[in-house]
Amino acid sequence: MSDLQVKLMHSYATGFRINLDTRLPLQGVTALFGPSGSGKTTILNTLAGLGETLDSASVICGDVIWQNSAQRLPPWRRPVAYVFQEPRLFPHLSVAANLDYGYKHVRQHKVSVEQVVQWLGLDNLLARKPQELSSGQQQRVAIGRALLASPQLLLLDEPLANLDRPAAADILRRLQRVSRETALPMIYVSHHIEEVCAIADQLILLEQGEIQAQGPLLELAGRLDTRLAEDESAAAVLVVDAQERDDNFQLTRFQADGQSLWVGAEDSAQPRRRLRIPARDVSVCRERPTQSSILNILETELVAIRELSPAHCLLQLRLQEQYLLSRITCRSRAELKLQPGDRLYAQIKSTALLSDGQQP
Amino acid sequence: MLLSPAEWQAVAVTLRLATVSTVFLMLLGTPLALWLARQRGSLGALCEALVALPLILPPTVLGFYLLLALAPNAPVGELWQFTTGRQLAFSFPALVIGSVIYSLPFVVQPLQQAFASVPGSLRDAAAVLGATPRDQFLSIVLPLCRRSFIVAAALGFAHTVGEFGVILMIGGNIPGETQVLSIALYDHVEAMDYGSANRLAIGLVGFSLLLLFLLYRDRGWRIGR
Repeated sequence: MSDLQVKLMHSYATGFRINLDTRLPLQGVTALFGPSGSGKTTILNTLAGLGETLDSASVICGDVIWQNSAQRLPPWRRPVAYVFQEPRLFPHLSVAANLDYGYKHVRQHKVSVEQVVQWLGLDNLLARKPQELSSGQQQRVAIGRALLASPQLLLLDEPLANLDRPAAADILRRLQRVSRETALPMIYVSHHIEEVCAIADQLILLEQGEIQAQGPLLELAGRLDTRLAEDESAAAVLVVDAQERDDNFQLTRFQADGQSLWVGAEDSAQPRRRLRIPARDVSVCRERPTQSSILNILETELVAIRELSPAHCLLQLRLQEQYLLSRITCRSRAELKLQPGDRLYAQIKSTALLSDGQQP
Repeated sequence: MLLSPAEWQAVAVTLRLATVSTVFLMLLGTPLALWLARQRGSLGALCEALVALPLILPPTVLGFYLLLALAPNAPVGELWQFTTGRQLAFSFPALVIGSVIYSLPFVVQPLQQAFASVPGSLRDAAAVLGATPRDQFLSIVLPLCRRSFIVAAALGFAHTVGEFGVILMIGGNIPGETQVLSIALYDHVEAMDYGSANRLAIGLVGFSLLLLFLLYRDRGWRIGR
């Protein structure tokens, strides 16, 4: 199976409409990103065969029809597994029996119980009942249970939304590892942009039930014309490779498109990482600043300018293949007489290393 | 012995009636409760009302219409006579039919509530893990409603033991066939034999109290979150 062709249309009594016609690559992690009420969960439910019947829905996976106007495969006949926002563990079953629930319903297993238990750190929990677990542990069991159903596609609906930050970060790292090691395609719904930037390969921006933009995450995050760019927290994502470690200052040098960046990072086995660089933390100079406290100064070319308001504008800066965003005042822009094509030095005040990055 | 042979016979008939009725009540009540738990519209409400009717109708009303329906010249009675060669009215099977209808709400209502309380989200979770509706029922709904099944069966059984009006109307008073404890007690009272009546009455009170006590004591397992 190569991709999932999805066409959905539905009008709600409230006036809200969903209108969608797209192909989702069945490869890597595709994030559905959008504000609450933009139709994300409805889309996931339709892919799984759950929820209300829409006015019109067609889901075709490769050449298998999951759903069209004439037929609708029930959820138990679709090769998908679903991790919900709440863990939805079966309260009368132990962790081991919960894990086994999907496992025993499939004939051909893609992963072993031992492997899943190891990925998700469940070895000490197997004999317990769900009520005895913390919410992070419960969600780990729910993910394990879904993986053991050996799906061809894993759907995740805000799986970290109800967790505290350490638990969420832990699960995100585990999910990244699973994604890397299984190549299991995932569709990941979230309204948390950092989560999305850390895990997604493809990004679909949803707004009011429609797709606003769709494409590789790294490309979309560096664009000026999306809703992401308008947001206060707009940020570009760079893929970087670790080069050397400076233990004295606890910094790691990464390389992005041939230029160096020093970032505080724990040593990791994974050399390729993702950096999220907020646009508001990037300023520009015409000449290379000297004697600055700012550690990371990259040479870039100004590609485009978007005026966000009379006060602020957003610059798209190109390294070589990758892009940075910079949010500056329109006054600075006028004083520097910035024009597309200008060579600019981008000063990066802060960067956020997104936990264990993935192959882009 | 505390009881006379005739009274022991009544005990046997009562227990047999309660047991057979409970089996039929569970077989009929479970799918009915499952169906009712999923209904939203007026049809569901109407059926629910019909099931609940024996709770408020005088048993004599129910018994009266059953008597008419089971009579040899009525369709049901006629069909029974044609297939079995026996008369239905004033027979043990007639008592079972009456008991099942009369005790139906005591079985259906706890089951219906239990089924409705199993979150649809858990059934959805099971469905995407490959469980067919039958699987979902057996592996999720049934275990989560285990206690309600015990409650339903116990209430159905106890209520059948305590039945009087309907049986009086359709069963008559044939020793060893349709004479149950409550009727035997009534006979004693009619005959002014208060001592015997008291023995049976105390026995029934003791049995009912014990059963309800066991039921309420063992709250045990509840649906977790």
